[in-house]
Amino acid sequence: MSEITTDVVAHLANLSRIALTPEEIETLAGELGAIVDNVAKVNEVATADVPATSHPVALSNVFRPDVPGETLTPEQALSGAPDHDGTRFKVSAILGEEQ
Amino acid sequence: MAKAELMDYDKALELFEPVLGFEVHVELNTKTKMFSDAPNPAAGGVDQGAPNTMTTPVDLGLPGSLPVVNEEAIKYSISLGLALGCSIAESSRFARKNYFYPDTPKNYQISQFDEPIAYEGNVEVELADGRKFQIPIERAHMEEDAGKLTHVGGATGRIQGADYSLVDYNRAGVPLVEIVTHMIIGADRDAPELAKAYVSAIRDIVVSLGISEAKMERGNLRCDANISLRSRADVAASIAAGEPMPLGTRTETKNVNSLRSVERAIRYEIQRQAAILAKGGTILQETRHWHEDTGVTSAGRPKSDADDYRYFPEPDLLPVVPGAELIEKLRLALPEQPAVRRRRLQAAWSFTDLEFQDVRNSGLLVEIEETVAEGASAQSARKWWTGEIARLANIAGADPASLISPLHVSELIALIEAGDLTDRLARQVLEGVIAGEGAPHEVVESRGLKVVSDDGALIAAIDEALAAQPDVLEKIRDGKVQAAGAVIGAVMKAMKGSADAARVRELVLERATATVAE
Repeated sequence: MSEITTDVVAHLANLSRIALTPEEIETLAGELGAIVDNVAKVNEVATADVPATSHPVALSNVFRPDVPGETLTPEQALSGAPDHDGTRFKVSAILGEEQ
Repeated sequence: MAKAELMDYDKALELFEPVLGFEVHVELNTKTKMFSDAPNPAAGGVDQGAPNTMTTPVDLGLPGSLPVVNEEAIKYSISLGLALGCSIAESSRFARKNYFYPDTPKNYQISQFDEPIAYEGNVEVELADGRKFQIPIERAHMEEDAGKLTHVGGATGRIQGADYSLVDYNRAGVPLVEIVTHMIIGADRDAPELAKAYVSAIRDIVVSLGISEAKMERGNLRCDANISLRSRADVAASIAAGEPMPLGTRTETKNVNSLRSVERAIRYEIQRQAAILAKGGTILQETRHWHEDTGVTSAGRPKSDADDYRYFPEPDLLPVVPGAELIEKLRLALPEQPAVRRRRLQAAWSFTDLEFQDVRNSGLLVEIEETVAEGASAQSARKWWTGEIARLANIAGADPASLISPLHVSELIALIEAGDLTDRLARQVLEGVIAGEGAPHEVVESRGLKVVSDDGALIAAIDEALAAQPDVLEKIRDGKVQAAGAVIGAVMKAMKGSADAARVRELVLERATATVAE
């Protein structure tokens, strides 16, 4: 019934960089499946004349004027970083590339 | 692939048909970023800033921070969409593009996915020989730029073998518009030139709109070039069979940061893919990196699982519903299309293709146009801007337009045409104006550079020159008019260039005939 298979969970775990054991994948497939099935119940009441929505509040066009404000100092910006070189964040080398 | 293994370009085109597609990213030059009020390092005249000095909690993705859309960036995007001939979406929204890489601190990039702000347009592109191509635009969507990574350790700062990476988030959140084309078929052997012409046309459009600094070397305008080949035999067979035409596997070449590179990279990929296909090999669908120094592309990341971005609507942002009134207002404010404007100016100025090309390449079209508007002739304006002013700017390492105003150039030209200045004196006046000594007429005054139009002073100088070269008049009378050159040269030297050579020549010739009459 659910489209959440163990393969889907393993794939998502990989994309999210979360290490899961086979047992956890099994459990999560069941639990996530139940959640998806419950949410899918909305489909039963949604009819063609109800447009899809991405936001619960019927608002649009909340904008900000193009005026510069305050910025963080480099010290503030780096204060929560696990590692830095004084001006830049330091991260472990990742094999990959900019998207 | 070593250059020797590439297939000859003509041979490659004989066997295969190239199919192109482009993604061009344009950094907008708004004062602030897309979703935060941090200053935008891609804005005009803004210092790039020391690392991590242009961030707010929003740009760093700190907990509790919320993005708010920059209204100006929306207007710029709509204007760009309209200039690309696109329809503007009644309602568009943002989405999260999820991926894990330290260039984005949130682990997602805010972009647009299923509801881009602009869609289905068309850009006319002109090749050097005047042929025109229509480039179909699929969409233009808004997004935010990512931070900059510097790979440390390993060999030459490349990703492979790096020990660690340093991240500067100044660029994170810079407003971007990504322009995506449909497949471009039919370019054939013009594919490399067409690619260059397309990126150049996009640059002209954003410059005319004033929405981006558009400097490719600074990454304000970036092109990802998609290319695939399909065998002409296969195409012919499918046409004969009435089947849809096959498509080859494409590669996406990134890091193409100049117009020249766009052209070279496409040409290289055609030759590389053709060599592989001709040997019966297969093209991997992958990202490739262009190397400006060696002129080759190298394999990057294969397209795989990692491209599953799990887009979903950005819950922190509301839909953008621009309204017909705003769209019409922006449409009315659109500047003349760059291609149309160029044709109009070239005709109005009666420039040859070569002269006009020269002006275009110099990037001084606007300055020349303004100088002409101030009353100068187009040819003189071209001569001074692309000649002496460009030369002085080059020496100063400055932008020609920053040295002198079109009004002053026009005044300088007027002084020359009135006979008050020779070209040589005008160059000195130009130096004075650039040095901040005032308007041309003020420099003429203060430096005492006016052409000597007093015949008395000229005649005195001519007498002196003739005394030193007594045989000149004789030679002129014998029909050797060119002998006058020696006297004219001596007079010009004596007058330190402040004499009008044509007038000196007249006077010398008059003297010769007058002597005969005696």
